[in-house]
Amino acid sequence: MEPGFPLLTLTIWLPILGGLAVIASGDKASAVSKWTALVFAVLTFLVSLGLWLGFDANSAEMQFVERVPWIPSFDVHYFLGVDGISMPLIVLTTFVTIFVIVAGWEVITYKPSHYMAAFLIMEGVMVGVFSALDAILFYVFWEAMLIPMFLIIGVWGGPNRVYATIKFFLYTFFGSVFMLVALIYLYFQANSFSILDFHGVQLGMTAQTLIFIAFLLAFAVKVPMFPVHTWLPDAHVEAPTGGSVILAAIMLKIGGYGFLRFSLPITPDASASLDWLIITLSLVAVIYIGFVALVQQDMKKLIAYSSIAHMGFVTLGFFILFAILQRSGSTTGAVMGIEGGMVQMISHGFISGALFLCVGVLYDRVHSRQIADYGGVIHTMPWFGAFLVYFAMANAGLPGTSGFVGEFMVILAAFRADFWFALLAATTLVLAAAFTLWMVKRVVYGEVKNDKVAKLQDLNGRETFNLGALAAAVLLFGLWPAPLVNVMHTTVENLVVQVSACKLPAGEASDCVLPRSAAVAAAAR
Amino acid sequence: MPFDAAQLLPILPEIAILVTACLVLVVDLYLKERDKGINHGLTLIGLLVAMGLAGLVGGGERVLVLGDNVVRDTLGDVLKVFVLIVSFLAFVYGRPWLKDRGLLAGEFYVLGLFAVLGMLVMIAANSFLTLYLGLELLALSLYALVAFDRDSKAGSEAAMKYFVLGALGSGLLLYGISMIYGATGSIELGAVARAVSEHGIDNNILVFGIVFLVIGIGFKFGAVPFHMWVPDIYEGAPTPVVLFLGSAPKIAAFALGVRLLVDGMGGLHADWQGMLVILAVLSMAVGNLLAIAQTNIKRMLAYSTISHVGFLFLGLLAGSSQGYAAAMFYAIVYALTAAGAFGILTILSREGFDAEHLDDLKGLNDRDSWYAALMAILMFSMAGVPPTVGFMAKLLVLEAVVRVDLVWLAVVAVIFSIIGAFYYLRVVKLIYFDKPATDAPILASGGVRVAMTVNGLAVLLLGLFPATLLGLCQTAFG
Repeated sequence: MEPGFPLLTLTIWLPILGGLAVIASGDKASAVSKWTALVFAVLTFLVSLGLWLGFDANSAEMQFVERVPWIPSFDVHYFLGVDGISMPLIVLTTFVTIFVIVAGWEVITYKPSHYMAAFLIMEGVMVGVFSALDAILFYVFWEAMLIPMFLIIGVWGGPNRVYATIKFFLYTFFGSVFMLVALIYLYFQANSFSILDFHGVQLGMTAQTLIFIAFLLAFAVKVPMFPVHTWLPDAHVEAPTGGSVILAAIMLKIGGYGFLRFSLPITPDASASLDWLIITLSLVAVIYIGFVALVQQDMKKLIAYSSIAHMGFVTLGFFILFAILQRSGSTTGAVMGIEGGMVQMISHGFISGALFLCVGVLYDRVHSRQIADYGGVIHTMPWFGAFLVYFAMANAGLPGTSGFVGEFMVILAAFRADFWFALLAATTLVLAAAFTLWMVKRVVYGEVKNDKVAKLQDLNGRETFNLGALAAAVLLFGLWPAPLVNVMHTTVENLVVQVSACKLPAGEASDCVLPRSAAVAAAAR
Repeated sequence: MPFDAAQLLPILPEIAILVTACLVLVVDLYLKERDKGINHGLTLIGLLVAMGLAGLVGGGERVLVLGDNVVRDTLGDVLKVFVLIVSFLAFVYGRPWLKDRGLLAGEFYVLGLFAVLGMLVMIAANSFLTLYLGLELLALSLYALVAFDRDSKAGSEAAMKYFVLGALGSGLLLYGISMIYGATGSIELGAVARAVSEHGIDNNILVFGIVFLVIGIGFKFGAVPFHMWVPDIYEGAPTPVVLFLGSAPKIAAFALGVRLLVDGMGGLHADWQGMLVILAVLSMAVGNLLAIAQTNIKRMLAYSTISHVGFLFLGLLAGSSQGYAAAMFYAIVYALTAAGAFGILTILSREGFDAEHLDDLKGLNDRDSWYAALMAILMFSMAGVPPTVGFMAKLLVLEAVVRVDLVWLAVVAVIFSIIGAFYYLRVVKLIYFDKPATDAPILASGGVRVAMTVNGLAVLLLGLFPATLLGLCQTAFG
């Protein structure tokens, strides 16, 4: 842990400072503030590429570690670091933010500088969430994320924005405060706020279960899992395009990240005994929400429900590992499940972001998100039509796109756990194909529906850039997912080893479902 | 006892305030109506001098002076400085309002300064007598301030209510003190603490006395079920007075609580802890739930105060030095935040118009986006959302109660903080998401804007860098 260049600090604070600069530049010369915002977004992305390039994929240790005391008397540190799980998510964040800035270029007319600034600040805070290794620092970033998003939806959102944004805020706030109590409790068990120290703490079954539930409340709301998903369709529908993109592409991933960073390694025994709950909820999300998506009239709502279904896949991939371990004892299967979930998260970041941008493109021209208002768009917007069909295919998990890789890995892993899990999970392929392709059919193909569609202009340069870049990413990771999987492989293997060891204290050893590892048993003595 | 001038050294800040008050009283007589601003300047200078003196004589070992009636310790130093800072802000924010209404009279400043003096005396008290003197000086000044706009019916009514209920609270406190005096034979806090630790817990009169002490403290803090006066006073009193009485006196009330319960009755912690648990839970519940139903923002902030008192009690009842430090942090932070929030309301008022209703904040972002941002920071701080300091304060008290194995209390507290988040968010919603109902310009001089900026940014920066203030609070409780 040699003191190196503080790359993570730079990735967090560069966009936040950029955001403040953009606010300061004001709206009088809006070109200046927009270009400032874009320059900061691109710079941040380039800086974050340094994380990827400098990352040692053969190590499961935290890298780029920075640790300075923040509140010394309270043992809170400004403690940052990334591993193979968080690093790809950080790069995803900085990548997607660029498109959000570009997408808002002309569309936002009310205080555009504040709009851009909100997204830049949001970006820094989200990178902070992924890189914080101190529980309090994590919580600060986690909650701070709510403020810009609350304002983005509320100020630049649709007609029902106030309801949606307050619902969004209160739902997430509700989930996370219990996590705070759990984190404070863990502090007294570990005598440290370091998340890495939390991983080594021995906890009795009751404590583990309560902590697991507290974490579950926080992360399940964020993911969102059935039945606490109802804020998401509202928030998505009312949010401006950029807000929807960030929500779907990154904020949902933070819930999934939380399961990997907190729930599984801190409370493995509770996770093992309650995995049926998560698996059931995930399958309900995949199937039931899939059907709900099928009947949506509003394009954004449809994609929002599709996100919930896809995120069900992610949580399924994360939590089938106990079933795999018990059945076959094979860690490869467990690793594949988690990696599949991770790949699915990254890929869904690209695809859902792109789909929301597509809806934004249409909405900016026609000011309607209703599927019924469109038809035959391909005749007037051939390029757009091609992109939309491509992303829809990716959303349905077409081989060759990144959407396929993650789903395939999770289904493969699910087979090792239980045939029925795999069968039920695989229905998502059918359902996703049904709801996305049906939407595409109604919007893109057929006769030109009305005058508005007849007058549509095809994509302008900015929109082509946005969709083109995302399409390239989807194709790249669809054809060649190896770099992504390699980066996280060692970390995930390490995680599985950690999760598959019983952490109950010696007195409760008989309750262990998981084998007691030598290290933990030694710690118990 | 021979008089020794060195004995006066630790109370120089109090003397400075007293001198300023007398000075303003006299100078005011000779001022023409248009020169009344001089009172304002004198008051601010007096507060600054007192701040400097508090810093100068502060630090170092705990000193008892004036027949052990007065104490100077780190706790007192820190609290005094913050009382002075918050009062300073309150006077700055209040000026445009008073000027618009022709109320910029010397009396306001004299009464205000005497109230500050009362708070300082409370903070420095080491005997029941000094404590009570300070408390009554504060209370009497505040009664008069509430009725300051004498043409206002609501103000007079509020003052009457405040007086009657305040007197009742003081009476109960005095009754408790008399019982404790009867049981321990002393009014000096150190001697009381020694007597308590010697005769111990079985003394019924002592325990009975504590009940009345806690009730008295509950009254002064405005904790449920002794909170009835708070919303009515906040609604009826002139906004700058609410600004004054809703901020700094919370720090003084904290000093009252610590001096009585910790310095005096620390040995009986087990007895008063349960009472504070009840007061804390009720305050958080009633405060947060009733605040939702308010349309008058002053009333809403009154209920919000009640809920914050509940949080503050969490730190006190933990009974550990961390808990006391957390409660102290909470009191200081709350006073700063409340001063800012009421400050914004004062600024939004104009001649013949008081910003009292939630709707008066509508579209503030379109009228003045800087004030809007500051108010949003203050509201998020009250709701306890990071990275504002309100979150740190809540975190510290929660940590304190979890440390003494009261996890259930922490869970109750966070549940009510979710409920509370709603009505603070509603304010942010009005500021940012609604269109302004009026486009009247916001008249506030440069000084007010600077003070407001400092106040708002302090709430943000203390949240990002809480270590220094927290360190001060922790040294106060060694």
